[in-house]
Amino acid sequence: MSISRRDFLRIAGFSTLFGLGAKSAFEMLAPGELEAKLTPNPKALSAQRWAMVVDMRKLNEQTAEKCIEACHRVHNVPDFEDPIDPKDKIDPEEKIRWEVKWIWKEKYEHAFPGQAEVAIPEKIHKLNFLLLCNHCDNPPCVRVCPTKATWKREDGVVMMDQHRCIGCRYCMAACPYGARSFNWRDPRPFIKGDDESYPTREIGVVEKCNFCAERLAKGQLPACVEVSKGALTVGDLNDAKSKVRELLRTNFTIRRKTQLGSNPQVYYIV
Amino acid sequence: MFEKALVGTRRYYGVLGFLLLLSGIGFFIYLKQLDFGLGITGMSRDVSWGFYIAQFTYLVGVAASAVMVVLPLYLHDYKAFGRIAILGEFLAVAAVSMCMLFIIVDLGKPSRLFNVLLHPTPNSVLFWDMIVLNGYLFLNIVCGWTVLQAERNEVPPPRWLKPFIYIAIPWAPSIHTVTAFLYAGLPGRGYWLTAIMAPRFLSSAFAAGPALLVLLCLLVRKYTKFDPGREQIQTLAKIVTYAILINVFFFFCEIFTVFYSQIPDHMLHFQYLFAGLEGKGKLVPLMWVSIVGMTITAILLIIPSVRKNETTLAVACAAVIVTTWIDKGMGLITGGFVPNPFEGVTEYFPTMPEALITLGVWAIGFLILTMLYKIAVSVKEEIRA
Repeated sequence: MSISRRDFLRIAGFSTLFGLGAKSAFEMLAPGELEAKLTPNPKALSAQRWAMVVDMRKLNEQTAEKCIEACHRVHNVPDFEDPIDPKDKIDPEEKIRWEVKWIWKEKYEHAFPGQAEVAIPEKIHKLNFLLLCNHCDNPPCVRVCPTKATWKREDGVVMMDQHRCIGCRYCMAACPYGARSFNWRDPRPFIKGDDESYPTREIGVVEKCNFCAERLAKGQLPACVEVSKGALTVGDLNDAKSKVRELLRTNFTIRRKTQLGSNPQVYYIV
Repeated sequence: MFEKALVGTRRYYGVLGFLLLLSGIGFFIYLKQLDFGLGITGMSRDVSWGFYIAQFTYLVGVAASAVMVVLPLYLHDYKAFGRIAILGEFLAVAAVSMCMLFIIVDLGKPSRLFNVLLHPTPNSVLFWDMIVLNGYLFLNIVCGWTVLQAERNEVPPPRWLKPFIYIAIPWAPSIHTVTAFLYAGLPGRGYWLTAIMAPRFLSSAFAAGPALLVLLCLLVRKYTKFDPGREQIQTLAKIVTYAILINVFFFFCEIFTVFYSQIPDHMLHFQYLFAGLEGKGKLVPLMWVSIVGMTITAILLIIPSVRKNETTLAVACAAVIVTTWIDKGMGLITGGFVPNPFEGVTEYFPTMPEALITLGVWAIGFLILTMLYKIAVSVKEEIRA
């Protein structure tokens, strides 16, 4: 049987196309086993459903700053205000555009837009709320990610794999809390710390608070909680005896944008 | 048949050379973007999608509109459109190619593009968008090319093509519906959270696409020996008229719900676009040009004499293209991101590098379009000779 060059190319082309599609179809219909199994550290902190309570009565300006500093230091979050080499200085407009933040301060009317009351107490008006990823129980960012680079763990922590992320930023459009940042440029000239326990990021990937999953795994509390002097508490929402449940039982708490159905898991005592 | 794209007049080579130059400039700047990151664009933490995604959205519409030629031909046996079906299909091929390029230039990590296939995620609308766009590209290449080849050999198209032609018809609205669903299902973005988004997308697409096709038909007639035909152009003009009227109607439906309900999450975006917020409103003049221009054009197109005169028709079609482009290519994406989730205003405007990369992608699209049209027109001239 003879075959013309044209037919050969045609068949080769279709086989390649089919082969590419068939692989994903196969993986979708018959998901494989995990290739490796890990044994957890026996000291690891665990929960059925992690949640955080922020007690604004105990959170003063200095503590809030400390929480932000601790988080951004251990996670190698760049500070565009402060380059290692002064030559890399950027202008204020770029700083706003490129900002990366995992935990930050915001006034009441910005943290809870649409809920600004006519006459809120002066002290609440002045408060700086600490905002971070809400580790939603029904996270819109996870719903939209086309590569499963962001996903919800069984214990409720919404994770982000910066090595799988393709940088499409669909999750940033989906997040109703503005909790996600993108690496619009190389962050490394703006990272002062030399903490090697958490990887720095490359250009073009999304990142956000990971509830200090890497610290929980070693039995440490999240960095912000550790330095918060009791203002921030994490614990198991499903455990009626946990400290988080205790706080929720004895205080009135509010959450951000509950009407959207994402079921955020950061609670604020005002 | 492809050889027909390689030989042509001096003017043909001139056009190709010009488009190659523009795409070359775009490519060069894209290399800079790869090196520095998407920070060379005007996008930000708050407005995290911009010009690229907007062009993508607009062009999905242009691509989908090929169905406005194919549907009357194959479902209503409107034979006149047999003459220009290939022009619609090849326009779709070029438009979908641009869509894909715009997605790629928008990615932070284009090298990881194939993660979408490696880790297929059916709960992501983007996954479905990839499927429908690739499928649509395939369908249009197969249908267009095969019919043209049959026409060249002066035989009827092969029977196996029928199912592909019929599948391509519902597939066209599906690409723009899925693209609308990218935005319309996000809980925190009031501007996009509307069930009429997909219908609005389709109406503006079915106005803009056929309008572009009218202009292309006029160009083909002027510069080649192939005449797409007066009746064909007039029927396209009617399609443009109905679609743009429906589009304006849908816009006012949206306005009514948003402003009568007075829900701030939805109103603030329109206020930013049409009046400005906190003293910021870079897009205000453009948005007014868009909606006022679109409404006036729609009304003018109803008048038969405006449509029948090919000069005024061409002007009206250009106005349809520009006004729908401002609406989708400028307002839609930025408007969804301003104000941000904290009701703060960070404005967005494309930077020069971003605009040049965008222009480069358009140039590649028009390069594909020019070459495909050259093939189609050469075949048609050959048969008639």
